[in-house]
Amino acid sequence: MDFTLSSLWRRKLRNLSLLMVYALVIFLVSSVTFFANALRKEAQTVLEGSPEMIVQRTVGGRHSLIPVDYAARIDQIRGTSSVKPRLWGYYYHPASRSNYTIMVPEKFSRPDDTVETGAGVLRTWGTLWEGKMYFKAHDGEALLLKAISTMTAETDLVSADLILMSESTFRKISGVPEGHATDLTVHIRNQRESQTIARKIVQALPDTRPILKEEIIRTYTSLFDWRAGYVIVLLGGAVLAFFIFAWDKATGLSAEEKTEIGILKGIGWDTSDVLIMKFWEGAVISICAFLLGVITAYVHVYFASATLFEHALKGWAILYPEFTLRPAVNAYQLAILFFLTVVPYTLITIVPMWKVAVTDPDVVMRH
Amino acid sequence: MNPLAAAADRGLVIQLSDITKTFNAGKSNEFQALKGIDLEVALNEVSVFIGPSGSGKTTLLSILGCMSRPTSGRIWLNEREITSLPERFAAQTRRETFGFIFQNYNLIKGITVLENTMLPAYPRGIKYRVIRDRAVALLEKLEIGSKAREPVEHLSGGEQQRAAIARALVNSPSIVIADEPTAHLDSALALRLLDIFAAFKQEGKTILIACHDPLVFESAVVDRVISMRDGRIVENDH
Repeated sequence: MDFTLSSLWRRKLRNLSLLMVYALVIFLVSSVTFFANALRKEAQTVLEGSPEMIVQRTVGGRHSLIPVDYAARIDQIRGTSSVKPRLWGYYYHPASRSNYTIMVPEKFSRPDDTVETGAGVLRTWGTLWEGKMYFKAHDGEALLLKAISTMTAETDLVSADLILMSESTFRKISGVPEGHATDLTVHIRNQRESQTIARKIVQALPDTRPILKEEIIRTYTSLFDWRAGYVIVLLGGAVLAFFIFAWDKATGLSAEEKTEIGILKGIGWDTSDVLIMKFWEGAVISICAFLLGVITAYVHVYFASATLFEHALKGWAILYPEFTLRPAVNAYQLAILFFLTVVPYTLITIVPMWKVAVTDPDVVMRH
Repeated sequence: MNPLAAAADRGLVIQLSDITKTFNAGKSNEFQALKGIDLEVALNEVSVFIGPSGSGKTTLLSILGCMSRPTSGRIWLNEREITSLPERFAAQTRRETFGFIFQNYNLIKGITVLENTMLPAYPRGIKYRVIRDRAVALLEKLEIGSKAREPVEHLSGGEQQRAAIARALVNSPSIVIADEPTAHLDSALALRLLDIFAAFKQEGKTILIACHDPLVFESAVVDRVISMRDGRIVENDH
């Protein structure tokens, strides 16, 4: 091993350039894998606690406010366990030039003049006046609401811009009239009946559109998978180019290297000793590149929000420009990546060595 | 008495019987480098092979040192036949019995003198520290201990040769093979090399040298001069 390392160090320029290109390829591929995994996990976490079905009303093919009394009619459909109106919407704050999500939680125990905010809200909102946030109500009236940043939400993805408030405050700000809600959440006793219940809801209330949780999860998953696949296909070219480069660099034995192998054999090294040394040379480069690439990708995705890929991979309306992903590393995928990169590289460096290493050592006597 | 017992009785370490070596056999450029060589080398003997280029000296040394196999004939080393050992065992014999000093030293550039010296010992699975201590001791003995950490290419010709000698000795071989060892040395350095060979002889080593430098084959340290021409031994003087 000592000789392997000093042998690698002798050709440091060649080996370092090889290592850098190799690590870059691993970095790109593992970044995409980490990123897609993290988003998928994030989306699943968000949707885990959500109801089995959301019912929206549509007017002119677009989402419209739903009368609260629809809840009672849906509740009568056999198989539903509870139907609740939900109030949520968006609020544009000109000072920060941002949209925030405003929402009435199922239980809000604070007074009407108080709001609970997500982590990102107070950071971006701008100036507070004596700890209060300024809102402009739907009728133009100014509202000053006491802000409390309490949410340590399960995921930053949904809570970063979230403002929770009482029902009356919400109606004042959003203009949603009494008797109406944004949509209805429907809990179902038996998951397998969800399709039937959805059909019955549409029959009873033709202006509604039920959205099933499983459909949302499927959409998210296929979207992220598709995007990750798309990027990986593009990276495929880079990977191929790398292997051509590696083949050339790692296998193009110079006359000097051939002589060295002859010398080693001449002084008593066996073919297998030479191959083991070359195996370790290849393994050291590829394992270093793998670790370097994977660690850099980890930092890139989970600490730098995948700056290089966000345009290709995010691009989904509910994702916000700034959020930190929670690490979601899939050991199986890493193992596959390891075997698709480290093993072939090590092998392609060994095969041409073998050809040289089996030659008679007496060539060294004639050198 | 059987021939092997007789050889042992006479202190022979190497015996060659009717050795031939043909290169590019069956091709238009077929060349017979050795033609029916019979030779016996005794323990603790300094033998010098002389002869013009192409006479077969280097080919014979490579066969003696288990670097290549003869096309026909048989070889015994310490009463054991080694004519067609599998590659693995040939390599093992090479590193445990022989120490090689090549004409152009054949040191590996880019690594230190110490690392070069340690190279033959790596495949033996000896502890790194033991090999290093042994290599350092040899370099000290050959008076290039101060150069141990320097890359070999920084050394002068004489120093490179002593590094090559240290490398040849690191596995404590019983037989030292040197191919044209004085080819790149001036007379002073060549005489110094002969002193080193005399010391080897004192230690009980057997030395085989291919050389056409009179300074070597006329030296008092040499026990035997074997003249070669066209792949045959033409004269064998004790």
